[in-house]
Amino acid sequence: MATAAVAEHHADHHYTSTGLPHTKIAIWAFIGSECFFFASLISTYLIYKGRSVVGPFPHTAWTDPSTGQHFKAILNIPVTSASTFVLLMSSLAMVLAHSAVERSDHKWSRIWLATTALLGTTFLGFQAYEFTSFVHEGLKITTNLFGSTFFITTGFHGAHVTVGVLWLCTMLFIDMKRGLTPRDAINVDVMALYWHFVDVVWVAIFTLLYLIQ
Amino acid sequence: MATTVAAPSLAGPKHKYEGGLWSWLSTTDHKKIGQLYLYTAISWFVIGGIEAAIMRTQLYGPNGRLVSADTYNQLFTMHGTTMIFMAIMPLSAAFFNLLIPLQIGARDVAFPRLNAFSYWLFLAGSLFMNVSWFWHAAPDSGWFAYAPLNTPQFNPGINMDFWVIGLQILGLSSLAAGFNFITTIINMRAPGMHFMRMPVFTWSAFVTQFLIVLAFPIITVAVTFLLFDRFFHTTFYELSAGADPLLWQHLFWLFGHPEVYILILPAFGLVSEVLPTFSRKPLFGYPVMVYSLILIATLGFGVWAHHMFAVGMGPVADSIFSVTTMLIAIPTGVKIFNWLGTMWGGNISFRTATLFAVGLVCLFTIGGISGVMHSSPPSDLMQTDSYFIVAHFHYVMFGGSMMGLFAGVYYYFPKITGRMLNETLGKWHFWLTFIGMNLTFFPMHFAGLNGMPRRIWSYDANQGWDLDNHISTIGAYIIVIATAIFLYNFIRSRGHGAIGGNNPWDAPTIEWSMPSPPPAYNFAKIPNVTSRYPMWPATGPSPLSPPVPTAGTDQPLPTHPTADQLGIPMPTATIKPLIATIGLTLAFVGLIWHRQIPIVLLGAAIFIASLYAWVLTPLEPEHTEH
Repeated sequence: MATAAVAEHHADHHYTSTGLPHTKIAIWAFIGSECFFFASLISTYLIYKGRSVVGPFPHTAWTDPSTGQHFKAILNIPVTSASTFVLLMSSLAMVLAHSAVERSDHKWSRIWLATTALLGTTFLGFQAYEFTSFVHEGLKITTNLFGSTFFITTGFHGAHVTVGVLWLCTMLFIDMKRGLTPRDAINVDVMALYWHFVDVVWVAIFTLLYLIQ
Repeated sequence: MATTVAAPSLAGPKHKYEGGLWSWLSTTDHKKIGQLYLYTAISWFVIGGIEAAIMRTQLYGPNGRLVSADTYNQLFTMHGTTMIFMAIMPLSAAFFNLLIPLQIGARDVAFPRLNAFSYWLFLAGSLFMNVSWFWHAAPDSGWFAYAPLNTPQFNPGINMDFWVIGLQILGLSSLAAGFNFITTIINMRAPGMHFMRMPVFTWSAFVTQFLIVLAFPIITVAVTFLLFDRFFHTTFYELSAGADPLLWQHLFWLFGHPEVYILILPAFGLVSEVLPTFSRKPLFGYPVMVYSLILIATLGFGVWAHHMFAVGMGPVADSIFSVTTMLIAIPTGVKIFNWLGTMWGGNISFRTATLFAVGLVCLFTIGGISGVMHSSPPSDLMQTDSYFIVAHFHYVMFGGSMMGLFAGVYYYFPKITGRMLNETLGKWHFWLTFIGMNLTFFPMHFAGLNGMPRRIWSYDANQGWDLDNHISTIGAYIIVIATAIFLYNFIRSRGHGAIGGNNPWDAPTIEWSMPSPPPAYNFAKIPNVTSRYPMWPATGPSPLSPPVPTAGTDQPLPTHPTADQLGIPMPTATIKPLIATIGLTLAFVGLIWHRQIPIVLLGAAIFIASLYAWVLTPLEPEHTEH
């Protein structure tokens, strides 16, 4: 009888109202919250668009009237298009990694997790290059409204990608150590949701900050 | 029908985490975390109250010189910030923690360690902001800290640095708790606990969590901009760089107005529990009460600019925000009438909890009506930034939120501690609070309409404000006395109050089915819920008899079998959330204290290391079946 009671308690313990694991609900709530976070950042950029009193500017060249120094348009669409492509491909790799974990395919789960992390790191490399070249071209976070809003929006996105890469590396480490099983698929799934969300945010940022003149 | 836990007296072996300071530092039990929230929030309520009492003493007569103008700025900023972020919100959080799992039939929240982390962050953020007093450098730009008053150009001291960082930490705490409670309510309801059977407090908590997770990111962004302006010289609020000072106002109030509902909805929920129990009737119009909560929350995101009529947004924007603000009065009015409908024809028993709940219905209505008055821009232009506004939001926050929360404290104290609060002292507390609060805040309407601006540190005689201010100050002292009575009652009754038993009020919801205080595992067997009011018979409750126990006693509380004895797996106690909080706080201390990068990095390292240690450790000890 005591055993029956214990078994029942354990059955209770794993019961969830929706049948979904807690982490999945929580990540969706988190993503909802993050939408408002990035919406606030992007809106600020758009509100301040064209209001900087000094250059350099995103899409047009500018000559400083006091020094006569010439600054070209800051944004480099071809380079960022390439980095956008890299990030979007990482989402594909993420999907393949999740699918490999679900069928206990250790070889391919490791390959695709590593690929996702590598593509994420490549994106961060692009961003580091982009930030450095912008600073060389005369745009710092303190320069003008464009600099402040641009660096903070893309910087926070980059921070999210960094967290994602660390998460991927941790998962890859666990996979190398003991092999991810279908029981771990939910954890990969939650990570994938985060990763795809960060990608989608980049699509919004690329469109609204880079492409719209 | 909910099952009650049998209460045989079994003395189990003591777990190493039971009892003592260590058990509080390492707890992951939602009831203990709820109590930590409760005690901390009451402490901040007292401190915020002392700040208010000093201000009222200063304003008692014309040309008061008790404190300097500079100190006065710090006092009103910290009074507002403390009461909102460190008293009312955490008091609500105390009830979220204490009640949500009990009301939905769960053993704990979805993420017990994240829950502990939320509490420690709240404690860290509130302490962080308040240590500024020791340098006489408390934040001083007002609780909504308008740009450019908050920028380094106009506020070069360290004061607003404390505010910026303290608010970020408090925001993280609320967000973490928000994700946790949303998951808990969606995913941990007992079998049969459909959404439309959930107790209305849990509904109000559910809606509030959505407001929190959607509104706090906005203030996080606004404050992050300010943090960058102050620490790294960016230009977000820098007027000479072309920044728009209204950016802060829009972002702040986009958060700030939902925040108002974050403060009031939990109190509405508590009142919706108290009134049915003491009227011996089910809540009138349960579904409409739920829909109106959702409607208030949704509309709450579309009214923010009514705080900004005076900045000249133009007739179109003014009209839109005026209309949405008037609209939001409709679901709020629905709630008021449904509470009246609940009491109507009921067998009302006027306990202290009932009094406070009825107090909310009366006083919030007054605050609500003055709110509708300044939803009209022409009228608002006469009232804005005057004491009329101060009167309005104190009727809403004190007459509304605090009254509701006090009702909750009196109602749930026996469930939380096993003992009753003293009713006689409780009634003294209520009547003195009620009288004191009206004396304090009602005359402010007249002072405001006679032109007294808010936030002035001193005023000249013969402007027609003297009498109003005399009365206000006397009223404030009466509130101080009332609060002292409450504190005495609260502390004394914890050890010596009458023993309440499982369900001293013959209340209808399932949190009353278990022993008081609940054992660590809450429900020995997860209940199967079949109705909205499982503890009441289908024919309706009988009048509140036998009479509620009142005689204080030093008798020990009955004991119950432990989780180990019942074989219920429980989360392991852990100190990692506390260490993570210390790391994060250390990083922020390094930032504010001469920008010490090594300290920032050390704090970040501690934070990340403890986060990894926490996430990679299973929540519960391994069981044979795993």
